Amino acid sequence: MARQNAAYPGESKWKGWLYLGPAFLLYTIFVLIPLIGTLYNSLFRWDGFSANREFIFLDNFKQLFTDSEFLNALKNNLIFVIFFCVLPIIIGLALSTLLGRIPIKGLTFFRTVLFLPQIISMVVIGVIWRWMFNPVFGPINLSLKSIGLGGLTRTWLGDFNWALPSVGAVGSWVQYGFCMLLFLAGMQRIPQEYYEASSLDGADQWQQLKSITIPSLRPEIGVALVTTIVAALRVFDLVFVTTRGGPGQATMVAGFLIYRTAFIQKNFGYASAMAIVLTVIILFISLLVRRFQQRDEDKS
Amino acid sequence: MRKTWRNALPRYLILTIFMLFVLLPISGMFLSAFKTDTQIIQGPFSLTSSLNPENFERAWITGRFNVFFKNSVFVATVVVILSVFLSTLTGYAFGMLPLPGKKWLLTLIILGFMVPFEAVLIPLYNLMDMIGLRDTYWAIILPQVALSLSFGTLWMSSFFEEAPKELADAAAIDGCSRWQTLWLVLWPLAKPAVTTLVVLFFVWTWNEFLLALVMVQDEALRTLPVGLAFFQGRHSGNIPLMAAGAIIVAVPTILVYILFQRFFIRGMLGGAVKG
Repeated sequence: MARQNAAYPGESKWKGWLYLGPAFLLYTIFVLIPLIGTLYNSLFRWDGFSANREFIFLDNFKQLFTDSEFLNALKNNLIFVIFFCVLPIIIGLALSTLLGRIPIKGLTFFRTVLFLPQIISMVVIGVIWRWMFNPVFGPINLSLKSIGLGGLTRTWLGDFNWALPSVGAVGSWVQYGFCMLLFLAGMQRIPQEYYEASSLDGADQWQQLKSITIPSLRPEIGVALVTTIVAALRVFDLVFVTTRGGPGQATMVAGFLIYRTAFIQKNFGYASAMAIVLTVIILFISLLVRRFQQRDEDKS
Repeated sequence: MRKTWRNALPRYLILTIFMLFVLLPISGMFLSAFKTDTQIIQGPFSLTSSLNPENFERAWITGRFNVFFKNSVFVATVVVILSVFLSTLTGYAFGMLPLPGKKWLLTLIILGFMVPFEAVLIPLYNLMDMIGLRDTYWAIILPQVALSLSFGTLWMSSFFEEAPKELADAAAIDGCSRWQTLWLVLWPLAKPAVTTLVVLFFVWTWNEFLLALVMVQDEALRTLPVGLAFFQGRHSGNIPLMAAGAIIVAVPTILVYILFQRFFIRGMLGGAVKG
């Protein structure tokens, strides 16, 4: 700081704020104040339009915790964590271990394709998979029939038992390439000698994965955890396009329920309370993973 | 030579399987767009003898994808320009300028990183309604810029922290103001960092759905993803037509991604690890 001022004698120490100002203003108006607004709205019964706004303090929250629709939506979000987070991380770790750290010719090409789902609009992905899952001319049922497994065909997205795992599988499809590339990039950091030394000591691949790869990839695994868990909790576009929460409530998730409660049923106060609960869960999990990472960094 | 090839073979096999798993649904959809309704039933990879551009025409004109496309281009362009400009200023302030309250500001920025759109959407909607911006492009642009600033600030500040301080000092001695140092000396060096930011902001804005869905009800102002979602509601049985619409939405981001993928992947992986 002293050195910076040495180059600019007499400069106000508030100079930085001049550069920060416009962004800070936008951020305050369009992020911070609305955030407080949601908290405030959650204490009212309000349709969002009329002046008829009734202060009910925490009643919305009390109601939420006995609202079977909301609890069911949260449960579905948690099941999506398995599909968006657990499976892709396992697949990513397994693949990057199998591929090893040896340079692979043409990796750029594979990398390009594996990353594709990350850059395509979720609405497009929803459209693609609605076609894949289509009971009559969807490729999944057509392939099952063509190899003589016609008995396994389903209406996938219309089936009470299969809709949730089907949409979840799309989440795995989107995330595994990201996880894999994240881990592959991280593995370039691990010195080859670690592996050589441990194989001299008779360690097999599984032991190497447990005692070298996973501990060394801690930052990447942390990132993968936060990114994919948040994706699972926030999922909206995909459900909007594929199932709209149906059949029944089979694929209802918190994001879609908030949207419906606020903008279709015009129950702004109650929807705000849901949004607060969802946000608290997301913040809590993000901070938890962060905390674990930092503690591990301190240890090492 | 031969031996290394044999060792590499299983690796390529695994990679190819998992790559095809990603590629087949996408390319199958692309093929469908050129088919007629009846050809669809013959299976996803039945090639058609005649490539049929009719579906694109129908989506583009009757489906009004031409209008949505124009809207998306406008929104994404303005968001990218504003966000990159403001992120450069804030990144500069964080990385190189004296900034009282820096630690406290950083907490606020990380908050913006984690807060989901749902948490701000309802008051935003009321705010836009109140100031008369609902059902305009600005109802999408302004919040999108504000939420991009968290990532942009962290990304650019890490560039300015690593930029050679001597260069900035030398410019100061030559009589450059802070402002001139930023744009004349440091900005030209920032090209790779800025390119990453442009590409990421473009893709994120182009694909943004919830905000555009809520803030704009006027069909003439819809962006492409929202347009496609409603299009699907009306023509869900017509796969070739849906496929054509999906391609119109996806192709611009795929092109940008292929052209700038080095920058993109660096941003997604590097930015993620740093954040």
